[in-house]
Amino acid sequence: MAMTMTQKILAAHAGLDSVSAGQLIEVNLDLVMGNDVTSPVAIHEMESKGFENVFDNNRIALVMDHFTPNKDIKSAENCKQVRTFAKEYGIKNFFDVGKMGIEHALLPEKGLVISGDTVIGADSHTCTYGALGAFSTGVGSTDMAAGMISGKAWFKVPSALKIVITGNFQKYVSGKDVILHLIGKIGVDGARYRSLEFTGDGIRNLSMDDRFCIANMAIECGAKNGIFPVDEKTLAYMAGRTDRKPVIFEADADAEYDEVIEINLDELKPTVSFPHLPENTHTVDEIDEIPIDQVVIGSCTNGRIEDMRAAASVLKGRTVADGVRCIVIPATQTVYMQCIEEGLTKIFVEAGAIVSTPTCGPCLGGHMGILAAGERAVSTTNRNFVGRMGHPTSEVYLASPFVAAASAVTGKISCPCELD
Amino acid sequence: MKIQGKVHKYGDHVDTDVIIPARYLNTAKPEELAAHCMEDIDKDFVGKVQTGDIMVAGVNFGCGSSREHAPIAIKASGVSCVIAKNFARIFYRNALNIGLPILECPEAGEAIQNGDEVAVDFDSGVITDVTTGETFKAEPFPPFIQNIIQKGGLLASLK
Repeated sequence: MAMTMTQKILAAHAGLDSVSAGQLIEVNLDLVMGNDVTSPVAIHEMESKGFENVFDNNRIALVMDHFTPNKDIKSAENCKQVRTFAKEYGIKNFFDVGKMGIEHALLPEKGLVISGDTVIGADSHTCTYGALGAFSTGVGSTDMAAGMISGKAWFKVPSALKIVITGNFQKYVSGKDVILHLIGKIGVDGARYRSLEFTGDGIRNLSMDDRFCIANMAIECGAKNGIFPVDEKTLAYMAGRTDRKPVIFEADADAEYDEVIEINLDELKPTVSFPHLPENTHTVDEIDEIPIDQVVIGSCTNGRIEDMRAAASVLKGRTVADGVRCIVIPATQTVYMQCIEEGLTKIFVEAGAIVSTPTCGPCLGGHMGILAAGERAVSTTNRNFVGRMGHPTSEVYLASPFVAAASAVTGKISCPCELD
Repeated sequence: MKIQGKVHKYGDHVDTDVIIPARYLNTAKPEELAAHCMEDIDKDFVGKVQTGDIMVAGVNFGCGSSREHAPIAIKASGVSCVIAKNFARIFYRNALNIGLPILECPEAGEAIQNGDEVAVDFDSGVITDVTTGETFKAEPFPPFIQNIIQKGGLLASLK
């Protein structure tokens, strides 16, 4: 029976020769991840039910990234609980302030996820690691607890949508525009319970940071996972980050897909998702003047070094418009350091932006950039639901780092081409 | 098991950010979460919900963030069951894992109106709109999932 790439990874981790869509299976996990919001619930579940062991203290990652550096006493107590747990159980991959970065930028950077892995994380954007040719998906805290205890998780084997990518980007178009375009096309539940399998000769023109961004937002169309084939760029990215050997899976040529969707990169334009669903997409060239109050450049979606470079290329020698707050958040300590070494931090600060240490903060309305009633932000994050970044009447427009930076300069939603 | 309660009806794509906004995720205490359940799309919900009430919604209920705080908040608010046309996958798992009863039934999600009195028979999967007299049949859970429910949740099933 022909299988998709995802099905092959799942079959291998279930010890089965083949699996088919709809089948319920139990798989062995390579890594279980949680953060400072979801881990305390998992730890409480585990301990209150009388479990006292984890399956492997090397294969659990706990990342204190959401409400850190701690925004209030309750958040500090949550981190303290996780810190104590990590110490007690000897969890090797515990990332506290100073070492932590935004989880989905950090784990690949640290070589903790590689091609062929199966990973669950108590965070919906765990699907990011599909960029590396791994199966990874978001779960809740109880599934995380079960994973920490047993090293296993149950899944319904997904069917898949095949996304065929051709062509190459025009100027100021990037991975974010690919995924926003796709979500706009199929809707926020267009891939519900299914895989997005990316393929096509245009993939070679996507950088790893583009692929991370695209896989990251697979959940925003309801997908279980989003996955890319492994190529030279994937192997080059992983080189030197791990001693483990990547396992390369490929979809069978005759694998069945529910649907085939083609995306020609040449035809994409800078795209923005309007409130309050990521599927409400418009290209920037077709929208009326929309004044803004805040810009956020960062997150697990767009806080990597290429995102920082894209934003800096627009902000260089320019200034943030009066009345706009521009918040730049490199996703990890490494990206933060790269921004300093490459002179990007200077560009941001001279432009009138602020540069924060890593945190998920404003993306989910936690801290570091909350919106007041009626305020409007352009953000490189991943969700624009009601109240996502603050007051329920505030608005979030999702866009790429290019568009976010240009909007910071003009004070309205803009393409950098308007500044050329 | 049978339940009966008054319906709180919502639309499509009810996301976990509106079920429990992230500004309240610095706690996982059920009663604290319940105090803010649904407030960004229905600020009256907390004041009007009664123990045993039923939530009914459209497609993709619980989409977005994986926060288990969302089904915890709904359960702690007193809601006895969520009926939706369908659920986002992480919410579906989380609800089963924490013991919040959920039922998938596109017809019920369409026909049942806000304020209706609805009865649910979990053994048969029959949903009755007592107000209109209409009945619906929910999708049955696969045996694998029934086993998790019967054992009292995922962690209990591991023992």
